Amino acid sequence: MALALPIFMDNHATTPADPRVVSEMIPYFTQKFGNAASRSHSFGWEAEEAVDYARERIAKLIGAKDSKEIVFTSGATESDNLALKGVAEFYKDKGNHIITTVTEHKAVLDTGKRLEKEGFEVTYLPVGTDGRVDPDDVEKAITDKTILVSVMLANNEIGTVQPLEEIGKITRAKGVLLHTDAVQGIGKVDFDVQKMNVDLASLTAHKIYGPKGIGALYVRRSKPRVRIVAQMDGGGHERGMRSGTLPVPLIVGFGKACDILAKEGKAENVRILGLRERLRSRIMARLDEVYVNGSVEHRLPGNLNISFNFVEGEGLMMAIKDVAVSSGSACTSASLEPSYVLRALGVGDELAHSSIRFGLGRFNTEEEVDYVADLMVEKVTRLRDVSPLWEMHKEGIDLKSIQWAAH
Amino acid sequence: MAYSAKVIEHYENPRNVGTLDKSDPNVGTGLVGAPACGDVMRLQIRVNDQGVIEDARFKTFGCGSAIASSSLATEWIKGKTVEEAETIKNSQIVEELSLPPVKIHCSVLAEDAIKSAISDYRKKQVERRAASGDSKK
Repeated sequence: MALALPIFMDNHATTPADPRVVSEMIPYFTQKFGNAASRSHSFGWEAEEAVDYARERIAKLIGAKDSKEIVFTSGATESDNLALKGVAEFYKDKGNHIITTVTEHKAVLDTGKRLEKEGFEVTYLPVGTDGRVDPDDVEKAITDKTILVSVMLANNEIGTVQPLEEIGKITRAKGVLLHTDAVQGIGKVDFDVQKMNVDLASLTAHKIYGPKGIGALYVRRSKPRVRIVAQMDGGGHERGMRSGTLPVPLIVGFGKACDILAKEGKAENVRILGLRERLRSRIMARLDEVYVNGSVEHRLPGNLNISFNFVEGEGLMMAIKDVAVSSGSACTSASLEPSYVLRALGVGDELAHSSIRFGLGRFNTEEEVDYVADLMVEKVTRLRDVSPLWEMHKEGIDLKSIQWAAH
Repeated sequence: MAYSAKVIEHYENPRNVGTLDKSDPNVGTGLVGAPACGDVMRLQIRVNDQGVIEDARFKTFGCGSAIASSSLATEWIKGKTVEEAETIKNSQIVEELSLPPVKIHCSVLAEDAIKSAISDYRKKQVERRAASGDSKK
């Protein structure tokens, strides 16, 4: 069978919607178009029923006890904002301290910065070379002013899975709320809000083969009952936590995407992990000076973030233009600063500039993996032939001994 | 980000990739940029007795625009006198390759690489003359 190009291996950025998701959504655009908030006629009831069914499916995937704990939003950025700002505003009389980590998504980090300007104190905990935060550091950082800890389930760049269960034990014992940006991890690694004592969780559909534009915030209703202040005023939808007419077709799709993962996720993750390991071994067996960034053990099954030393990431992406991946090199931005996540691991700037993130997903095949591995070997070899750093390395020159003129 | 056709062409068929003998007194070597910044260019020239650049080689660690800028630079300076090569401005490279604003630093680096190679060549010439005791030439 001929390989179809381009190949999509950027499933941390987004995923294609599963055709089964789309077909379940379609009737809700045309025939079943009612407003879920319309209480006076069957169109509204039909829409509300579909929304409630989706809520149940989403709740089930993350182990939530009550589907009312699912609050729909436009996506995970909004969910992260709502969680942090909503908790900060509601509990500000109790304390003004929030703890998070340096490798969080910008939606958490920048919300933290905003809250700092408003008088809150935010601690950004470091991570180890494997990308994980130490639960002891979380415990030590908690003070009597701490109201919230926010630690992501799995990182979007390096796929590192955080020790949430251990952190949840600490936050529960200390009476501090725990939020997690669970976007990359749900349905892919173990995640259960009950077992892990998670109080708030940000979710999104488009990373799990659902539609873009729909997300949710899990907000625990009992033990403890979490309260947040809505960040948008309006009709008081979603039990007052998030106003705005519900996008019923998107919600239906989100529900279906969760249902598919609940039923097929286990087998799918084994298959994707197999592909990831196949890609990793095929590249690493044939190229020297290749390094995996982040923990191999505690990692999303579909994530492979590797640095090809002495080759610049953006230049490499140009060489593999028929394969969609991303790079920790920031050559595309004006700042010239490479990925803050890789820096936080202590990966040197040169290796950060040489990194490529592969995100494998549901629709990738073994054939694609073999093609990409061969292509990487060929193109890295070609670019190393053009690289002065590779030549110096081969001559035994220590690149760190050279006085580089920074520009 | 979309690359211009000329950047792609140079990137896929880079001119004058390679290495000249650093110890040759007629060879000047320029090494500019830094690995931590994501770009390093090494540009070398070999100058004949008439002061004409008879060969130029480069190797570059960097993005497609950096590789294309250095490839173009070697192409332009070959056959020129050192004095002529020195007048090449980064803006000419930007124009030729249609580099977007975020890639202007690649052209700056290429201009620096040319100047650095010429300066290395001149330094070697001075040293050679000093060593041979000939101060006239």
